[in-house]
Amino acid sequence: MMELTGYQRKDGKFGIRNHVLVLPTVSCVNGVVNRIGREVPEAVCATHPHGCGRGGPRDVEILFRILTGMIHHPNVGGVVLVGLGCEVSNTKRLLPLIVDSGKPIEIFNVQEDGGSLATAGKGAAAARRILSEINSQPRVAFPWDQLLVAMECGGSDALSGVTANVALGAVSDRLVEKGATVIFGENTEMIGTAHVLARRAKDAQVAKQIEEMVGRAERITHEVMGDLAGLVISPGNMDGGMSTIAEKSMGCIVKGGSTTINQVVDYGEIPAEHGLILQDGPGYDGDSMAGLAASGAQLMFFSTGRGTPVGFPALPVIKVASNTRIYQAMKEDMDVNAGSLVEGRPLNQLQAEMIDLMIRVINGEKTKAEVNGMEVLTFMTVHPPF
Amino acid sequence: MEENILIIHPRDNVAVALRTIEAGEQALAQGMKGFPASEDIPASHKIALRNIAEEEEIIKYGETVAVSIRPIKKGEWVHTHNLESKRWKR
Repeated sequence: MMELTGYQRKDGKFGIRNHVLVLPTVSCVNGVVNRIGREVPEAVCATHPHGCGRGGPRDVEILFRILTGMIHHPNVGGVVLVGLGCEVSNTKRLLPLIVDSGKPIEIFNVQEDGGSLATAGKGAAAARRILSEINSQPRVAFPWDQLLVAMECGGSDALSGVTANVALGAVSDRLVEKGATVIFGENTEMIGTAHVLARRAKDAQVAKQIEEMVGRAERITHEVMGDLAGLVISPGNMDGGMSTIAEKSMGCIVKGGSTTINQVVDYGEIPAEHGLILQDGPGYDGDSMAGLAASGAQLMFFSTGRGTPVGFPALPVIKVASNTRIYQAMKEDMDVNAGSLVEGRPLNQLQAEMIDLMIRVINGEKTKAEVNGMEVLTFMTVHPPF
Repeated sequence: MEENILIIHPRDNVAVALRTIEAGEQALAQGMKGFPASEDIPASHKIALRNIAEEEEIIKYGETVAVSIRPIKKGEWVHTHNLESKRWKR
């Protein structure tokens, strides 16, 4: 098996990419970031819809955790941070949280740097400066226990839980065996399976956290959706052959494999343990991806049956189709065809192909979502804007 | 003959139809003797791998995903008409 190579960061972590990230603190300056992106296409621009207007402590906590998580992310070699000035997550409040990152960061504010056009010009020059500064950093070998891989599913179909997520589970088990860390979230897609997950917990405390997390997800679903909560398993799911919420959820959690669950982390929290980790994050794939990225995952496997092209800024996403039809129909978006399991391909063969592809991606091969530029950053909020 | 059902876990008492299986057609999984489907099984729906008693657990992924509400014979379609959820009764 080939070795893993990456870029060593000052905090001891390893990135598998060496990107310059252009990050807005608030959606008001997305246009400035887009201008920088047009001038410096090598930079990764991560526009998003947040940064202000939500004052509740939980939303502020999430906002700062995601923004700092993007900046600290091991695949990011340097940052151009573009602020406005008057927003909740302004650069003055962010600075103390990122000052120890050990990577080049240049900060601009539209209200102090001459307006949007002048700021875009300064930001583009900074992005070029940082690119030339970090471009010479060499790849070095790193051990498996420095690898954190996220497992995600979205746009699922009736085969997702039968082929693609089973394949992701086989990869998860292999990664844990190699000493790597695997993380998955989507608490609403664990409803009905808390006892299955809790049984695999490392100890009683982790088991209790799992029960609480899934119980909370179930309660909130009922609170918000009322009589419609049953739609978490939809008529379409049932037409597809899923009979109960537990059956549907089993098809989701199978992507984490079968190993011991060593820790439950909050949305966007960096795990302290190795092995299999659960994240208390939402079922919506876009928001879930941001939480998993902020937790420091360097790479993501993403299963889909209906077919979503989505990627994530600075994070290679390997797309796994659950059926051959969508693999063929969206060939330019899909990296792996787990539908081949239906045609009699042994699971261990597909698992080996996926591990092999993963190692090539770690070592620099681009995923389809990277080639196509399908990055999207969106993240969870819990309260309405004020 | 080509395999047309998938057994996800050795403990399972149901398998997943990989395509629509018609009544009377042989259901065939890897490493298992074929048996006839006693009714039409829609693609990606479940077929009973053995006789299942009333109030017996339906096992898929090696875990309980439902409970039967009447006896189910090997080869029958397993879905909302002959099982119920242990929670979130619709």
